[in-house]
Amino acid sequence: MQKQDLRTWRFVLPVASGLAVALLAGGTICGLSGPAMAQQTQASSDRIWDGLKGDVFGDKAIQDDGGLVRIEAPKRAQDAALVPVDISIDPAKAPDGVKALTLIIDVNPSPVAATFRIGDDAGITHLATRVRVNDYSYLRVIAETPDGALHMNKVFVKASGGCSAPAVKNMDEAQKTMGQMKLREFAGEAGKEPEMQLMIRHPNNSGLQRDPLTQYFIPAHFIQDLSISQGDRPILSMEGGISISEDPNFRFDFKAHGNDEIRVKATDTEGKVFQGHWPLETAGL
Amino acid sequence: MPIDPLRRKLLGGFACAGAGAAILPCCLGRAALAASEGAGMALKPVADGVYALRGADELMSEANDGAIANLGLVVGDEAAAVIDSGGSLVEARAFIAAFEKVTARPVRYLVNTHMHPDHVFGNAAFRALGATIVGHRNLPRALEARGAFYLQNFREQIGDALMKGVEIVPPTLLVDERLELDLGGRVLELRAWKPAHTDNDLTVLDRATRTFFAGDLVFMDSLPTLDGSLLGWLSQMDGLAALDAARAVPGHGPVPADWPAALQPERRYFEALARDLRKAIAGGVPMAEAVKTAGRGERDKWALFDAYNERNATAAFAELEWE
Repeated sequence: MQKQDLRTWRFVLPVASGLAVALLAGGTICGLSGPAMAQQTQASSDRIWDGLKGDVFGDKAIQDDGGLVRIEAPKRAQDAALVPVDISIDPAKAPDGVKALTLIIDVNPSPVAATFRIGDDAGITHLATRVRVNDYSYLRVIAETPDGALHMNKVFVKASGGCSAPAVKNMDEAQKTMGQMKLREFAGEAGKEPEMQLMIRHPNNSGLQRDPLTQYFIPAHFIQDLSISQGDRPILSMEGGISISEDPNFRFDFKAHGNDEIRVKATDTEGKVFQGHWPLETAGL
Repeated sequence: MPIDPLRRKLLGGFACAGAGAAILPCCLGRAALAASEGAGMALKPVADGVYALRGADELMSEANDGAIANLGLVVGDEAAAVIDSGGSLVEARAFIAAFEKVTARPVRYLVNTHMHPDHVFGNAAFRALGATIVGHRNLPRALEARGAFYLQNFREQIGDALMKGVEIVPPTLLVDERLELDLGGRVLELRAWKPAHTDNDLTVLDRATRTFFAGDLVFMDSLPTLDGSLLGWLSQMDGLAALDAARAVPGHGPVPADWPAALQPERRYFEALARDLRKAIAGGVPMAEAVKTAGRGERDKWALFDAYNERNATAAFAELEWE
């Protein structure tokens, strides 16, 4: 129950409050961006985080990563609606693995971009995705180890307007192809596990854009839950929000066990369910 | 095309700083232009009754009045049509003052070739002249989705003074596929294209002189920007090349340009970009790495390459990985 409440706060309330800010600003699409506000600095991003972390993690202590987890992103985003983020875990520092990774973008209207849960024997040490960044901001990853300890690493990214700039370049196409999935697998580099890349066609609407005809805000519409498994064995699951870019894209390494197929199930905020399955052997391992 | 503001400022600044010492008026910008309004802005005759204004191969800035896109004018027996309104009201008014020297006929139509600020920020000046604003069927939707962002973002880039009076004015006459506009003894053929530079690209062919206003479906000299579909753009190249035109006015670049030779440079760039990205995608190279090298072989051939190439590559990567 408590988890459910927390989740509701994380994903629904921030969206709603972002919308309220936008409405109050009289048509400014994204409440937190733009020249009316001073650009965020490392210090101001940290202050936002200080006010936020209790709501996300309660009073649990968050320690420095100590090399256990690392987050990388371009210092300056080429496209604020499509910022590549790379998270890696050092297995030597986390011998028992990592249970969950929470990705935070301090300045975004919905700062919790995603929470990833890693399957017990999934062996994930690297996870890459793409996010929207609304202003200069720290991107943070908080890794939870099986003992419940939280470890944080952060990287500062200069970007602007990732939520307010409509990412969809081809609106008709986006509607037609929604829900398509593609899975790619790559042989690992020497001594490393193979990698998998999951791509899902979805506009992941931010809820901060208006319908041209009705002038009403288009409701947020995004992939909320995602699970990836091999057979019945969970590899990776995600609870996501509007900060994940259009056409959500995840790439990660994993340990295969046996030859069971890869299964993917995604659910969006309208309750639409998208499923796919791919045989392991034809995926090129 | 928004890129992050600091970089924009830096790049905009360089264009000015480089010429600054020798040609100071460049940096006086608006003030200099205002002083010589009309006189400083000469229309270039392109064909009989057809004129164009050449934009600068720069990013929109306070120094250049936002005047970076090529604008067009076609004069018929009864009325005139203007193609694109420019990147500010200052530019639009200077353009109006300049063409009032070559024709007294009323501007019946303003055609917007697509949604980008350098082509539509001057719209209010033409609404004031009573012109009907014409656009692609997708243009109102695109302006509604992006307009507020443009107004906010470009204020940072070009400054409050140049943004004065700039409004997002949507078209009221929409083109589904094709439309003919009659200027009196002169017909313009408008054509709405499938997603390419944007999802609202519209072109204008003056039938009398076979002059083709390509909008930003054609970039020369300045690196093309991709805000629609790379595959869509490439797949419509042959259709563009087959048009019965003698010359083109590209959205950016020399005026006029030979047709269809004007398409060659951007086609070469897009093919190089697509080739590099497809190779990276096939090899499993992640996006963040691939965009650093894709298309680099074209770097010496274009103005604004460093401003836009990685951004184009990012958008194209996301599109091509679905092939």
